[in-house]
Amino acid sequence: MRAGTGRRRGPAAAVGCAVAAVAATALLPSSAAGHPERSVDPVRPGPHGASVAAARAPAACTAPEASLRPSTADGPAVQRIKNRGRLIAGVDQNSYRWGYRDPATGELSGFDIDLVRAVAKAVLGDPGKVTFLAIPTNQRIPALEKGKVDIIARTMTINCDRIKQVAFSTAYFEAGQQVLAPKGSPVTAFDDTLKGKKVCTAKGSTGESELRHESHGAFVLTVPNQLDCLVRLQLGQVDAVITDSALAAGQAAQDPSVRLVGKPFTTESYGVAMNLKDADLVRRVNAVLEDYRQGGAASPWMLAYRKWLEHDLKGITAPPEPKYKD
Amino acid sequence: MSSSPQPDPGAGHSAWREGLDRLRSTATTEPGRLRIIGAALAGLLVLFGSVTAWQVSGRAAAADAVIGHSQPLSADAADIYRSLADADTAAAGGFLAGGQEPRAVRQRYEKDIARASELLVKAAANTDAGDPAGPRIAKLNEQLPLYTGLVESARANNRQGLPLGGAYLRYASDRMREELLPAARALYETETGRLGSDYGDAKDLPWAAFATGVLALGALGWAQRRTYLRTNRVLNHGLLASTAAATVLLLWLAVGHGVARAGLTQSYEHGAKSLQVLNEARIAALQARGDESLTLVARGAVLTPRGDDAYESSYRAGMQKLIGGDGVPVGGAPEEGSLLDRAQALADGAAGRDPVAGAIRDVRQWQQRHRDARASDDSGYYERALPKVIGEKDSTGESFDRVDTGLSRALTHEQGEFRRAADDGRGALAGLAVGAVVLAVLGAAGAVLGIGRRLAEYR
Repeated sequence: MRAGTGRRRGPAAAVGCAVAAVAATALLPSSAAGHPERSVDPVRPGPHGASVAAARAPAACTAPEASLRPSTADGPAVQRIKNRGRLIAGVDQNSYRWGYRDPATGELSGFDIDLVRAVAKAVLGDPGKVTFLAIPTNQRIPALEKGKVDIIARTMTINCDRIKQVAFSTAYFEAGQQVLAPKGSPVTAFDDTLKGKKVCTAKGSTGESELRHESHGAFVLTVPNQLDCLVRLQLGQVDAVITDSALAAGQAAQDPSVRLVGKPFTTESYGVAMNLKDADLVRRVNAVLEDYRQGGAASPWMLAYRKWLEHDLKGITAPPEPKYKD
Repeated sequence: MSSSPQPDPGAGHSAWREGLDRLRSTATTEPGRLRIIGAALAGLLVLFGSVTAWQVSGRAAAADAVIGHSQPLSADAADIYRSLADADTAAAGGFLAGGQEPRAVRQRYEKDIARASELLVKAAANTDAGDPAGPRIAKLNEQLPLYTGLVESARANNRQGLPLGGAYLRYASDRMREELLPAARALYETETGRLGSDYGDAKDLPWAAFATGVLALGALGWAQRRTYLRTNRVLNHGLLASTAAATVLLLWLAVGHGVARAGLTQSYEHGAKSLQVLNEARIAALQARGDESLTLVARGAVLTPRGDDAYESSYRAGMQKLIGGDGVPVGGAPEEGSLLDRAQALADGAAGRDPVAGAIRDVRQWQQRHRDARASDDSGYYERALPKVIGEKDSTGESFDRVDTGLSRALTHEQGEFRRAADDGRGALAGLAVGAVVLAVLGAAGAVLGIGRRLAEYR
């Protein structure tokens, strides 16, 4: 079997954690903060070790999006990049509107790519001083740990498992699993309209685990990559696609006859990932993100949103609020 | 012979008894015995001649089938297989070049598809109902238009600058690898199996002909010894002529079929077998080239369970099969048991060895250039890696083209070798069937005349 880069929960581990996080968030208002997560964990079958590990550190999981406060002070990591004169960024080359290589120009472009260029501009004074490495989904964390890349900007979801292995910036985008269907399709949301329909999702993705948990009577086809689902949809082999809203927007952008339907039924925050040791770089990237969010409707964030995403992912009026843990 | 007893017309059983009785009474007199011996000798010689003619015709027909039917069909099946693999490789190459798809690459793809369609029609015409090749041809005919449709979707999306094009191309290539190529391979194996069985039929020793020949000669010897013992005459011209005819036919049969066997064996060893290995090598090279292109098209979108790039892994597996492991300098020998190693061992003569040796050198260079291109891509320089793969000069594409041309030259040579040896083999059987009939009739006439001379002494 081939692994997927789609909505990339690398090892299925992330799911249990995401569940724990969602459950914990839901429980917080009504119950004591220390509510043991073990009691909610077994609800979902499947992702084993990871969710147990997550349960051992309940405090860290309540807000994985909380990052380090921004700072522009140079530390060893920022110095390393400055000495090298180039920022090395791990990106995706296949996610339309996020990080993809335009076949006509050979250039990389997208929301994630713009963000990387903003970091390069802030640290090195030149948005062009970036080496982009195509990093497959399951190599994102190893690439950071081995120091192959300085940052990963690759629609990577922040969760309680990953924050033990890598450091994340503050959330720069909020997405969620959503249904993509042809215009005029009887499928209108992630609900019983899926009954008897064929749906496609990337192998190893959150969509796959969600469907395993609750298929709404749909037949599930899994493919190596989320974009393969759009091929199957166009060929009439499936009736709908389940992937996260950000990537679904990229699919809708490539085929005007399909659209996102219903509301996202999970919540995921994307962050820029860095090595745990590079705390100064995390603060520096957070500072870049602060600037990126500044300016209301004219902020660089909103400009990038309007340029890459708004057409197919309507209704976003502001970037997600940053959360800090220190 | 007219001298043999005729049963009375009448009821079956009693007539048969009566015939036997008359035969028994005839056998008690010498003229009667001579008549029986003459009839038996003539019968044996005619039997020898007809069995020889029948068995030799069967083998000549099988040799004809090898040359005129099963080998061309096997070669056509190999060509279908190669055209399809080539089309897939050309599609990926053209895709990588994007909007600047070179016309030559597009033409190559179109030529491949046209060639495959044309050969499929031909193969279908040569297939009877119930032939195992039938379902394979049907499957290829059904899948080919689907494949070309996917490739066109890939091109259209790619020209729009949409990554969806890459997904379509990967899907098309998956169809090619999972549906079309296995069916083409199965067709090739079916046709090659038919070739093998035709070879077997042509090379099968004509035992019945040998046995009746030895029996006829033995009977002639015995009859001559009997004549000598009874009359003290050493020579009976008729029987001697008959013996000579039977001996000539037996020797002709032994030598003719022996030479045919040798020719066919040679055409198999040096032709058909080399052709098979070379065809496999060519297809392995084509697939490795396709994988190489798809690695750049997929850009890490498809991984193996171990987390490596699926297409790069497939490229390595293909190269392993073709020449063996990486890391050997240009000029390095192919690994033992690899396709090029086997092709080299099977090639004979400078004209056979040179193109294979050239292909080996070029594959080694290809491996080196591939490593270089991968290193560029892996360190983030896609734009530098691309010309190293699809550029006109010093690219892996250039190496691949040379490999393909070299293997194609080797194939042409081996095809010629095959044809020459098989023609020689088939030629050795020429005239043998007709000769067998003529010699047998002459032999039988000699035996009858010889025995007739003896009978005349009793009148």
